[in-house]
Amino acid sequence: MTPEISKLWVYLSASPLLGLTITLLAYQAAFWLYQRSGANPLANPVLIAVTMLVAFLSLTDTRYETYFAGAQFVHFLLGPATVALAIPLYLQFRRVRAMLLPVVVGLVAGSLTAVVSAVLVGRLFGASLSTQLSLAPKSVTTPIAMGVAERIGGIPSLTAVLVIVTGIIGAVGARSVFDAMKLRDPAIRGFAIGVASHGIGTARAFQVNEQSGAFAALAMGLNGALTALLVPFVSGWLVGA
Amino acid sequence: MISALTLLLLFQLIGEVVARWLDLPIPGPVIGMLLLFLALAVRGGPTDDLRTTSQNLLQHLSLLFVPAGTGIMVHLHRVADEWPALLLSLLISTFATLVVTALAMKLCLRQPSREETP
Repeated sequence: MTPEISKLWVYLSASPLLGLTITLLAYQAAFWLYQRSGANPLANPVLIAVTMLVAFLSLTDTRYETYFAGAQFVHFLLGPATVALAIPLYLQFRRVRAMLLPVVVGLVAGSLTAVVSAVLVGRLFGASLSTQLSLAPKSVTTPIAMGVAERIGGIPSLTAVLVIVTGIIGAVGARSVFDAMKLRDPAIRGFAIGVASHGIGTARAFQVNEQSGAFAALAMGLNGALTALLVPFVSGWLVGA
Repeated sequence: MISALTLLLLFQLIGEVVARWLDLPIPGPVIGMLLLFLALAVRGGPTDDLRTTSQNLLQHLSLLFVPAGTGIMVHLHRVADEWPALLLSLLISTFATLVVTALAMKLCLRQPSREETP
């Protein structure tokens, strides 16, 4: 690098502006690709954007903490966005109330399956104890999952990554699973996506169908609350069993 | 848009305060969501402004997960060591959760609808 450019780089890499801007640029490029693919779930915008950002940060030798100093402004919006889920939920409430029993049964069955199977499969294939504990809350939205991981002795930042990967797996794979099950009800499809793969699944559900999105949002909120209550009790028993 | 954003932040703030005050394990934003839901039920629905703002925010919900997802670069070491266990756990568990949730709901839904439509 010439001295002028390296001086510019020193300035840019220390300012939050760069981290914020490349996050938005990478997402826009990823979203454009997603739309060009005809909303193919394989072209998941989170997956593509994260891949581009990790490549960029590695090539420029930038630390994640430096990047996050800028990207935290985007990350912060997860809070108000979670609150905003109340609106689609309210608008679909009539349908939710009519399905109260299936919603409750599906929630409890799905929530337990998510926690127990993640820990047991991890242990079966030799994951370390702290990795098993980080896996337990992987199906709920990032802020809840990180809080739960911290409480039970997992690694919160590893959990954040596992949560994102879980979301991508659900968003990419759900359609094939439901089609194979011959399941067409958009409410059930949405709810199952929300239980299994939280906000990323919910984002995908909203892109497909408004009703699926509302049920996914409901499932994500309920499963977040249930997992936060449940995991601290079952995790000790699960990893000690 | 500003008033809608303020309202969302306000409910998040109330949620955080309630969570800490009552020492609940549920995160503040989730409590904020439940409180806003109750407020909407009492008031009889969102204003147009709140409705459009939340729609805009939720349309690009995926963007908000990008910074946390990029954190994978910090854990490349552990991921390199334990990737078969991690990948199998996430794949099997996510698909099992999708199937179990959907089947449980389908089974529950079938019975009452039979009673209603003879």
